Amino acid sequence: MKLDSKVPAGPLAEKWDKHKFDLKLVNPSNKRKYHILVVGTGLAGASAAASLAELGYQVTTFNFQDSPRRAHSIAAQGGINAAKNYQNDGDSVYRLFYDTIKGGDYRGREANTYRLAQVSVNIIDQAVAQGVPFAREYGGYLANRSFGGAQVSRTFYARGQTGQQLLLGAYGALNRQIGLGNVNSLNRREILDVVLVDGKARGLIVKNLITGEMERYAGDAVLMCTGGYGNVYFLSTNAMNSNVTAAWRAHRRGAAFANPCYVQIHPTCIPVHGDYQSKLTLMSESLRNDGRVWVPRSQEMAEKLRSGQVKSKDIAEKDRYYYLEERYPSFGNLVPRDVASRNAKMVCDDGLSVIPDGEAVFLDFRDAIERLGKDVIESRYGNLFEMYQRITDEDPYSMPMKIFPAVHYTMGGLWVDYHLMTTIPGLYALGEANFSDHGANRLGASALMQGLADGYFVIPFTIGNYLADLGMKNKVTTDHEAFDKTEADVRAFNQRLLSVKGTRTVDDFHRELGKIIWNYCGMSRNKEGLEKAIGEIHKLREEFWKDVLVPGKEDEFNLELQKAWRVADYFELGETMVRDALQRNESCGCHLREEYQTEDNEAKRNDDDYAYVAAWEYKGEGQAPVMHKENLEFEFVELKTRSYK
Amino acid sequence: MAGKNLNLTLKIWRQNGPAAKGQMKEYKVSDISTEMSFLEMLDVLNERLVREGEDPIAFDHDCREGICGMCSLMINGLAHGPSRRTTTCQLHMRSFNDGDTIYIEPWRAKAFPVIKDLVVDRSAFDHIMHAGGYISVNTGNAQDANEMPISTQVADHAMDAAECIGCGACVASCKNASAMLFVSAKVAHLGHLPQGQPERMLRVQRMVRTMDEAGFGNCTNTGACEVQCPKGISIKNIAKMNADYLRASLISEVKG
Repeated sequence: MKLDSKVPAGPLAEKWDKHKFDLKLVNPSNKRKYHILVVGTGLAGASAAASLAELGYQVTTFNFQDSPRRAHSIAAQGGINAAKNYQNDGDSVYRLFYDTIKGGDYRGREANTYRLAQVSVNIIDQAVAQGVPFAREYGGYLANRSFGGAQVSRTFYARGQTGQQLLLGAYGALNRQIGLGNVNSLNRREILDVVLVDGKARGLIVKNLITGEMERYAGDAVLMCTGGYGNVYFLSTNAMNSNVTAAWRAHRRGAAFANPCYVQIHPTCIPVHGDYQSKLTLMSESLRNDGRVWVPRSQEMAEKLRSGQVKSKDIAEKDRYYYLEERYPSFGNLVPRDVASRNAKMVCDDGLSVIPDGEAVFLDFRDAIERLGKDVIESRYGNLFEMYQRITDEDPYSMPMKIFPAVHYTMGGLWVDYHLMTTIPGLYALGEANFSDHGANRLGASALMQGLADGYFVIPFTIGNYLADLGMKNKVTTDHEAFDKTEADVRAFNQRLLSVKGTRTVDDFHRELGKIIWNYCGMSRNKEGLEKAIGEIHKLREEFWKDVLVPGKEDEFNLELQKAWRVADYFELGETMVRDALQRNESCGCHLREEYQTEDNEAKRNDDDYAYVAAWEYKGEGQAPVMHKENLEFEFVELKTRSYK
Repeated sequence: MAGKNLNLTLKIWRQNGPAAKGQMKEYKVSDISTEMSFLEMLDVLNERLVREGEDPIAFDHDCREGICGMCSLMINGLAHGPSRRTTTCQLHMRSFNDGDTIYIEPWRAKAFPVIKDLVVDRSAFDHIMHAGGYISVNTGNAQDANEMPISTQVADHAMDAAECIGCGACVASCKNASAMLFVSAKVAHLGHLPQGQPERMLRVQRMVRTMDEAGFGNCTNTGACEVQCPKGISIKNIAKMNADYLRASLISEVKG
């Protein structure tokens, strides 16, 4: 497997513009002769599908919900970054690029990240033109807030529903193209395989989730816009149905999977409360603008708090440990997510947790309410406070929120080159589904930016280069033998699941798998634990294939079968994640190997040996995957120890 | 936060397919923690049904944080259950008492046919959006975002309407199964904004026409939609849409 990043030569700031000129074009009247299959309709998928259809391509979209509008991009709360410098506070494309590379602990690809920062400004323009009701100042100009890992205010937001509003913007653009007949939108479909002809991606095997029928679609290129794989942990902030299957099946067909161990644990989520729990709820990072994170300073005080002898409001200022403010005076509560999460874990490991059966720290708005008044806090975070109260039955205006880190976003994903093409020609990956822009840690408000950058402003340019070479005459139809064979493979796989007829439910296995991965490949990792995890995953997977209970049949509405194929894929992904964490003998960003940390528990990178992307090649079921390296070359940025002190 | 445990009787609508005849079926559940969400309670029941060899209950859900609009359910005759401004996924069992009987049914509307059990087909909503729920601007056409100042008041009004999650509770709650609240939320969101002006008249005509074709009922200003809306979308939007629609009919811009 050869990894060619195809990063164009030349100065950083000129690469993209020059590259756009160098790319081959498809004549406007010929574009309708190409058919593009877009998997997923979140920010990346909807923006790509709409933009490609506007250009004239024929597009078919697939999503598993009942409408494209429901993709999980919709749940992003806090905002979207852009280097507009509307605040006149020293922001620039270079600064956004620099913050993102640094925030990712120098494990992202320079050229991709720079391009992301460059097009960020166009995204805001596009979204406003679509009618996205961003927050505004009284003069009518756009408002900004601050997010972690940055010392400028560059985050645009629409109350606490920025993801929803941006998605509805992209969904609107998509609807327009559906109405015009340029996009065929197929809901309640899940992709079970990618069909390759002569090594190129030429189609999809698709499950109709309502009828259970297997469907075939042929096209000239396939875009995976399928989001992340955080649900491998069972509990995460992802939607219940977010899954890795489409991306994983592409991996099984030859697309390299990069940096799977880079998983972002979001610092501010509502803590776990019971075994029946189905998901975790995130509270926006924007809350850290005004909320102060603390725990009691002593174990003794923490114990009193947990046993109910004292209330949080009665704990004196000197007995409160504002650990982020004390340890990181420059960034304070706005340190990047990985740093905030790790510190929360550390104080809880030290016995300072604020809840009796579990782990949590306080996020306290008392001082902000005193300073600004309840009204201001309500206008900024009202809907988030409401949500918190609905779930926990506690009023965050009168007592501090209790929060703890939870699995949130996956920086790893399908390996892509500068064109966003995977190692399978004609197969692209956009948004969270790819690995390229965030390195080992993503900064807040950058996921929305990347999804839309890829869909609106990158793929419309790069895809033409591939299609121009592919040509218009080289068509494949769904009666091609490759479709027969691939569909047969999928049917055999599902049949295997259905024929086990064991005793344990799919969820039961998923929960156990999630615990293994959370315990050994979660917020901190070590060699011994990771090695143990591989053994435990193998054992559980063996048991899964012997004892899983999947009722019903293939050709019907079958929710349990749907869960089963996803969990079968999580077993393989989980193992590759663990292997990836094991080979990376350094700490970087979200990946903290306990053996490699500084005296004050910060991540200790090893740039001499590990400044590379680990891209894994699938070698077959039960076979260990093989790692390939893409060396990261930093031409423009000097690698430094990340400091937020 | 320590919760109690509840024993409940559930009466749930079971229907094997769009053409099949449905019926209410009774299930007993015990030791349900009041800290559980409503859907987690159904998860627990489903896991038991799978173990017992019975077909699990089909219901739509995804984000489980009240924003995707995928979850539905009429709970004791109320869309999304007894808590105001709450989706079913955010409803917690602390809203119920030990020994309660809870009736769980799908959205009931001609334009939302049942697919299976509690899952209904809401594609009519998408069709209405295809007809005009957007501003026609190609990618790359936009001017600088700050070229056009928009007062906070206008932006806030637009945002109030834009918060709609498209769940369909308004239709399910309406005695006429009218989709006016849903449609008017989009019409008002875009109609408030300067960017939305060029297509304002065309948009309302097209969307209303598609709404009518989908088989939704008329609005008789009962206001149940507003009460049951998990996002608190105001019925004032319907008045605004009616005004726009009247204006558009006088100008009669719509073609084809």
